[in-house]
Amino acid sequence: MRVAVLKGGRSPERLVSLRSGARVEDALEALGHEVVPIDAGTDLVRRLREERPDVAFVAMHGIGGEDGTAQELLDLLGIPFTGPGVAACARCMDKATAKFTMQEVGIPTPDWFSFNQTAFRELGAADALDRLESRLGFPLVVKPSRGGSSLGVRFARGAEEVPGALISAFSYDDRVLMERFVDGRELAVSVLGGEPLPVVEVIPVAGDRYDFEARYEIGRTRFECPADLSEAELRAVTDAALATWRALGCTGFARVDLILDERGPWVLEANAIPGLTDTSLLPQAAEAAGLGFEELVGRILDLALRPAAA
Amino acid sequence: MSDPSRPGGQRRRAHTSTRDLQRYAGLFAARTKVMRSSAMRDLMAITAHPEVITLAGGLPDTSTFPPQSFAAQMTRIAQESAAEALQYGPTEGFDATRDCVLEVMAAEGMRPDPEDVIVTTGGQQGIDLVTKALVDPGDVVICEAPTYPGAIPTFCSYEAEIVQIECDADGMRVDLLEELLARLAREGRRPKFIYTVPTFQNPAGVTLSLERRRRLVELARENELLLVEDSPYGLLRYGGEPLPPLYQLDGGDFVIYIGTFSKILSPGIRLGWTVAPPPVMEKIVIGKQASDLCTSTLTQHFVREYFAEGRWRQYIDDVVEIYRGRREAMLAALREHFPAEASWTEPDGGLFIWATLPEYIDTTDLLAKALRADVAFVPGRAAYVDGRGANSMRLNFSGVQEEEIREGVRRIGEVIAEQVELYGALTGRPPATGRRAASERAESGEQRKENVLPFRKTGEAGG
Repeated sequence: MRVAVLKGGRSPERLVSLRSGARVEDALEALGHEVVPIDAGTDLVRRLREERPDVAFVAMHGIGGEDGTAQELLDLLGIPFTGPGVAACARCMDKATAKFTMQEVGIPTPDWFSFNQTAFRELGAADALDRLESRLGFPLVVKPSRGGSSLGVRFARGAEEVPGALISAFSYDDRVLMERFVDGRELAVSVLGGEPLPVVEVIPVAGDRYDFEARYEIGRTRFECPADLSEAELRAVTDAALATWRALGCTGFARVDLILDERGPWVLEANAIPGLTDTSLLPQAAEAAGLGFEELVGRILDLALRPAAA
Repeated sequence: MSDPSRPGGQRRRAHTSTRDLQRYAGLFAARTKVMRSSAMRDLMAITAHPEVITLAGGLPDTSTFPPQSFAAQMTRIAQESAAEALQYGPTEGFDATRDCVLEVMAAEGMRPDPEDVIVTTGGQQGIDLVTKALVDPGDVVICEAPTYPGAIPTFCSYEAEIVQIECDADGMRVDLLEELLARLAREGRRPKFIYTVPTFQNPAGVTLSLERRRRLVELARENELLLVEDSPYGLLRYGGEPLPPLYQLDGGDFVIYIGTFSKILSPGIRLGWTVAPPPVMEKIVIGKQASDLCTSTLTQHFVREYFAEGRWRQYIDDVVEIYRGRREAMLAALREHFPAEASWTEPDGGLFIWATLPEYIDTTDLLAKALRADVAFVPGRAAYVDGRGANSMRLNFSGVQEEEIREGVRRIGEVIAEQVELYGALTGRPPATGRRAASERAESGEQRKENVLPFRKTGEAGG
C-alpha cells in the first residue's frame, strides 16, 4: 500500500515530529508498504495530489498537524488518514475547549480559567487576576491553550510571577489557560481503537519538579509501565481516560494525560497525535501490552482504513 | 521526493524500544547527566526553513571567499603534494602551518616560540584539550557571564564546576573576579583556569579594557593560575584602537592562547591553534593524540598555499569592510525597531550584538513567537549555566546581508513590542515610552545603568 507519512511542519514540535515520522516510516517499510515521506510545507496539497497515496499517516505534532488542519485537507482530498478526525483533533488541541467538554460530561479536570489576549488588551482582565488567583491558589499552572510538549508551560508560585508566565504562554498561542495545580502522580493512558493500553507513570528522577524540560528526557525521567496502581485506582483512571476519549470524539488512537491524587484522577488533556519517538509514552504502553512498534503502526493504519474495526 | 531526514533512502538500523533506551541509560557516564537537550534546540529546528531570516548563527560569510582562488590552491595541492596532503601528519601540526599561525599572531602583536604552538581541529578543540589537560571532576573553571555557549558543554563534559563572572561594557568585572578568588581561597579551592574571550566577546560583543587586561594578567601571576584567552575575532575590528592580547601582556607564562582560522578564512577547514607553556603543551599533545592523532593535513596544506599567495590580510580587510556595514545596519535597525526598554552592546568588532530586554520577557518563548514571524536569534540562556540571561539575546550580523538584517530586526522589534504592550495590559503599567526614533536615542546619550551588560558607558567613544 502507498502510505504518505506527514511529518515536520512549522510547529515548535517539528523536531519531535520528524523523529516520530522517521520511526513510522521504518515500521511501514518493514510491513511492506510503499512509503512517501512528506515534510509538510506550503507544497503539502500539491505533493499529496501528485503522490496520490492510499492513506496518510499523520505524524505531525502541534498546530497545523494535530489541530485538524492537515486532517481537513486530507478529508477534502479524499485521502483516509490515521488518528482522530477533524473535530476531535480540534477539540483535543485546544485545552480550553477540551476542558469545557470534559466539564460538561462530568469528567474531573482541575479548575481553570482561560483568556485570550483580547481579554487583557481590551477588556481589562488583569484587574480580575487577584480574584482568579485566590480561586485557584498558588502555585498555579499557566499554559498556552493550544501547544504541545512543555513549551510555554510555567508555574507561577506567587502573584508576581503571573504576568511573566502569561507573556510566555501567550508567545505560543492567543489563548492561555490558568489551571489549579494538582499535586499527584502523573499518568498517561494511551487508547488504541477505543481500548485502553497499560498505564504509564512518569516519575521525575531528580531535580526541580517544576522543570518541564526534564520530563521527556531519558535519564532525568523514569517511566513505569504498567504503573503500580490498585485495582480501584486502575479502574478510575481507565474510566476517566475512556470517558475523555468518547467525549472528545476520538477515533484511531490518542493519549490522555492525568494526575492521580487521593481524591482520584484529574484529566489534564488528551493528545490527538501523541509522540511516536523512542521515548514516547504510547509506544511504551503498546510494548507493555505485547504490541511491538511495527504492530502498533500496522494497527493504527488498519484503524484508519477500517474505522469500523474500532 | 527529497527528504533531508533520510539521505539516499538508506536503511537505518532497527529502532530501539523505550526499554532498550533505558538499558542504555544505565550505561551512560555520570557526566552525560549535565548534557541537556532543550526547548531551544527544538525551536532551532525551525530556523532551517529558507524563509526564516536567521540572526542566530555565528557564521562568517564564506560566500566572500573567491572560488577561483580556492580552486587554484586545491589544484596546486593535488598536483604538487597529493601524497603528503592525503597522509597523516605530526600531532603538533606541520611547521608550515605553524608559520602561518605565527604570521597571524604577529599581526596582533604576539611572538610566541613556534615550539609552543599546536595546530588543532578548530579553536573548539583547543578548549577541549586545555580542559582535558587541566580539569578533574569538580574543579572550578571560571568564565564570563555570559560566556561562549559552545564552551559550556566542553567544561561540562569534564565535569568542571563552572563559575561565571559578570561582564559590563569593559568586559569581565575583574573586581568581582578578585572577590571570587579570595572566596575560593578561603574555601581551600583553587580554580584551574579562567576562560575568557577578551576581544569582541561571544556572545556579548564587549572588549576587556586595557586596565582590566593588566590586572587580570597580574592576578593570574599572583595566584599562579592559567588564563585561557580565546581570541577568534581579534582581527575583525571595525573601529577603535587594538588592545594588546593577554598573551602579549603576560609573555605566555600564565596565558594559554587559542586562535582559529575560522573567522579570518573558513570555519569549514576546521583549523585552529593553541599556544601554551611547554609543560602544559606536553599534556595537550598527548591529549590530542588520544583525540584525533593529528589535524587534517589536507586543510593544513590549503592554509599553507593560501598564505603563500600573500593576500590573507587583504581578504580580512575585505570582510571587515563588509561586516562593518552590517554592524552599522544592525545598530541602526535596533535603534529604530527595538523598544525604549531594550538595550544592547555596540561592539567594535567581532560578529555579535547582545541585546537585553525588560526582565519579564523570556527570549526562549519570544523565539517561538519570532519564528512565526520568520526570524531567529539565540536566546540568552544558552550563554549561562544557571538560567540567567533569560531576557537577553545574541544577534549575529556577519552572516546576513544588510537588507535582511534590517528586516530581521524589524520583525523581532515587532514581536517584542507586542509583549511589552501585553505586559502593560497585564500589570496596568503601560510602557512609558513607545519605540523611539533613532535620532532621539543617538542624541540623548542617556545615562545607562553601569556594571550590567549590555550598557555602554556614557560618553565612551563609539565604534
